[in-house]
Amino acid sequence: MWSFFHKLGSPPWLYAISGKILQWLLPVTLLLLAVGAVWGLLYAPADFRQGNSYRIIFVHVPASVVALAGYYVMATAGAISLIWKMKMADVAMRSCAPIGAALTFLALLSGAVWGKPTWGTWWIWDARVTSMLVLFFLYVGVISLYEAFDNEVAAARACAVLSLVGTVNIPIIYKSVDWWYSLHQPASIKFTEESSMHSDMLAPLLLMIVAFYCLFICSLLLYMRGEILRREGTTHWVRKLLLDAGDAHAV
Amino acid sequence: MQFDSLAAALAMNGHGGYVWSVYLIAALVVVFLLLGPVLRSRRIMLERLGQLRREQAAQNKEVPLASGS
Repeated sequence: MWSFFHKLGSPPWLYAISGKILQWLLPVTLLLLAVGAVWGLLYAPADFRQGNSYRIIFVHVPASVVALAGYYVMATAGAISLIWKMKMADVAMRSCAPIGAALTFLALLSGAVWGKPTWGTWWIWDARVTSMLVLFFLYVGVISLYEAFDNEVAAARACAVLSLVGTVNIPIIYKSVDWWYSLHQPASIKFTEESSMHSDMLAPLLLMIVAFYCLFICSLLLYMRGEILRREGTTHWVRKLLLDAGDAHAV
Repeated sequence: MQFDSLAAALAMNGHGGYVWSVYLIAALVVVFLLLGPVLRSRRIMLERLGQLRREQAAQNKEVPLASGS
């Protein structure tokens, strides 16, 4: 366990293992996304109340779920970076921010488009929607804070603090539909009781959630690899890697 | 399949514009999340490789001068 933790802190090991994982995870992710999208768009039955507009759920819910989970990953990496000063945790934190921002943007936009035919409006300032907007600003805040500092150590510390403080927003997002009854419907998937969705709709939704989690992992590894190369550019192993790649490309 | 024809699948009883536009935006986000970091890594690699080649070229120039003197 501890040796694995130590290995995670090693940039060359992380760069090599991420390349091996991506070799099979990337095609699996694309396949899951394609199957889930086609299933949700064309084969899942229409909703008796919302008709076909509910098919937006197969993008909206996975994007929202993974945007929230991504924040936990970013905050955990921030805590590790702050406590143990682990460079790779900082790399993970920085890499989470653009992915989380993109997924939150997708969740907000798909929610707005879904809102028009079902609620009759693109936007409402209810608790769930507003707290998701705050999540988007938190992700953008972390990205901006990194850019604002010249000193990378100070930037990492400030971003870790911001991401840890921002975790207070996550339970608010989760519980907002229960605490404040508004236009946004309560959760359809429940762990403690039976889901309110029919299995013909639930199956493609769960598949898309898995696909979006895989997408998050793939994108995180890809961003981390770039960040590792940027930070480790002057080290011997990156020099060798680049010169070997350059020679192979030249041949 | 839930639709009789391609036209029916595109129209989705009047909801096609909403549904298809969301899936199109989702596809663009997927491309951004996968292609964005790849292009960034490629740019970093090319910049660093250029620096390394320039350093190597400078070193190769210095060697004959040193041996000649």
